[in-house]
Amino acid sequence: MLRFLARRIALTIPVLLGVATLVFSLIHLIPGDPAQAMLGESASPQDVAELRARLGLDRPLLEQYGRFLRGAVSGDLGRSLRTNQPVTSAIIERMPATFELAAAAMFVAVAVAIPLGIAAAVWRGTAVDHGATTLSLLGISIPNFWLGPLLAIIFSIELGWLPVSGRGTWAHLVLPAVSLGAALAAILARMTRATLLEELREQYVVAARARGASRARAVVRHAFRNSLIPVITLIGLQFGAVLTGAVITETIFAWPGIGRLLIQSIGFRDYPLVQGCILLIAVTYVGMNLITDLLYGLVDPRIRYE
Amino acid sequence: MNRVGAAIVLIAVLAALFGPAIARFDPSAQELARRLDGPSAAHWFGLDELGRDIFSRVLAGARISLLVGIVVVSISSVVGTLLGSIAGYFGGTVDEAISRVIDILLAFPGLLLAIALVAVLGPSLTNVVFALSLIGWVGYARLVRGQVLRAREFEFVQAARALGAATPRILVKHIIPTALPAVTVQTTLGMGGAILAEAALSFLGLGVQPPTPSWGTMLNGGRTHLLDAPHLTIFPGLAIAFLVLGFNFLGDGLRDALDPVTRRSGG
Repeated sequence: MLRFLARRIALTIPVLLGVATLVFSLIHLIPGDPAQAMLGESASPQDVAELRARLGLDRPLLEQYGRFLRGAVSGDLGRSLRTNQPVTSAIIERMPATFELAAAAMFVAVAVAIPLGIAAAVWRGTAVDHGATTLSLLGISIPNFWLGPLLAIIFSIELGWLPVSGRGTWAHLVLPAVSLGAALAAILARMTRATLLEELREQYVVAARARGASRARAVVRHAFRNSLIPVITLIGLQFGAVLTGAVITETIFAWPGIGRLLIQSIGFRDYPLVQGCILLIAVTYVGMNLITDLLYGLVDPRIRYE
Repeated sequence: MNRVGAAIVLIAVLAALFGPAIARFDPSAQELARRLDGPSAAHWFGLDELGRDIFSRVLAGARISLLVGIVVVSISSVVGTLLGSIAGYFGGTVDEAISRVIDILLAFPGLLLAIALVAVLGPSLTNVVFALSLIGWVGYARLVRGQVLRAREFEFVQAARALGAATPRILVKHIIPTALPAVTVQTTLGMGGAILAEAALSFLGLGVQPPTPSWGTMLNGGRTHLLDAPHLTIFPGLAIAFLVLGFNFLGDGLRDALDPVTRRSGG
C-alpha cells in the first residue's frame, strides 16, 4: 500500500507543476501589454510602468516563472489590483461558502440519484426505468444556468417560499444546491443503474437468485454493495464539475464564494485574483482526484498492483 | 430514443438554415415601446429588454449554437484522433509527452480552463471556439489512444505490418477505423457539450457578445428581468435544453447501437 501511495503522489507532482505553469502563462496570453490591459487604455505610461514593476512583468520570463512557483508553494499569490488585499486571504475568505454549496449539492445529488438508479435497475425495461432514464437525460441536458433562474422564478418569485439570492440561513442554500446538484444527480443515477445491471449478471447474483432471492433482494443485498465502488469513484471525480458549476450557480444566486469572486475579478481585469482562483480550483480538483484514487486503492487491492 | 434525438437535431438544423425565412421579424429590429411584452399571437415568445422578437432571436441563435458545436467538435475530434493514435501506436517518449499534456489539461475541471482562456484573450466567438477546442481534443485523444493500444495487437494489424505496409497506411487504413464507432458516439455527445459550454460562457458574459443572438447571451439579458419578464429566461433556456437533449438522445442511442454488449442486454 505504501508503494502505491508513494507512486500515486509522485505522479501528481508533474501534473501540479503543469497546472501552475499554465496558470502562470495565462497573464502572458493577454494580447498586448498585460499591465496596460489591466489599467485600461486611458492609464498614464507612469502608472503602467509602475504596475509592470509591481507585478514583476519587467523581469526576465524565467525569473517571473520562478517567483510565481515559489509564491504558489508558499501561498503568496500577490495582491488584488482592485482592493490590494492579498490574493490568498481573499480566496480563503470565500472558501467556506463554496465548500458549503458544493457539499450541499453533492448531498442532494446522492440522495436523489441512488434510489433513482436502483429503481431503474430493479424494474429494468418498465415504465419506472424509462421514466428514470428520461429524467436523468433531462438532468444532463438542462443547463444549471437555466435551471437556477427557473427555480428562482417558481419558488422565490411565484410561490415566495425561498430567498432568491444571498447566503445566511439554510433556506438560502436550497435553490443553489438543487440547481448545482441536478446534473450530478443525473450522471450518478445513470452510473448506478449501469453498474447495478452489470453486477446483476455476475454469478454470485445469479446464484442468489437461484437460491430463491427476489430480484429486489438480489439488487439491494448483493449487487448494490459491489456497484457502490465505481459510483463512489464517480462522486469523487465529479467534484471538479461541481466546482466549475459553482462558478455559474454562485453568479446566479449572488452566493459569495470563489466562483463569484472569479467572475467578478474577470470583470475588473484583476488578473492576480483570477490566477489565484483558477489555481485554487484546479489544485483542489487534482487533490480530490488523488484522494479518490487512494481510497479506490484502499477498497480494491487489485488497483494497487496495476 | 435515437429517432427522437435525430428529430430534435433535424428541427434545430432546419431552424438554423431556414430561420430567417420562417421568422416574421428581423432578430435585431427593436420595438422599444413594447419592450418586455409577454408572448402574444404576433410575438410567440414575447419581446426582450430592447423590444426584439424573442422567437426570431431563438431561431437565429440556433445558427450560433450549431456553428460552435460543429467547428469545436470537428477540430477536437480530428486533432484528438490524430494525437491519440500517434501516442497509442508509437508508445515510448511520444506517448509520454502527449499523455502528460493530456494529464495537465484534465487537471482543470470542465469549463474552468475555457473561462480562464477567454478571460485573458477577451470575449468573442472566435476565442470561445479556440478555448473549447483546446480542451475538447483531450477526450478524443484519450479515447483513441486506448483503442489504438488494443488494436495494435490485432492479427490483421500485425499481418499488415508483416506484409511491409508503411506506418501511416497502417494507422489510417487499419487502426483508426477500429476507433471510429467510439469517436462517432463521442462527437455526438460532444456537440451537446460544446453547445452547453458556449451557452455557459455567453451567459457569464465571456462568450458571444451582444447584439449577436446567442442563447446564452439571451439568458444573460434575462437575468435582470426575472421578476417582471420571466419569458426572457424561459424560451432561450428551453431551446438549449431541447437541442442538448437531442444530441444526448442521439449519442446514447448510437452508443447502444454500436456497442454489442449493451445491444445484447438491452441496457
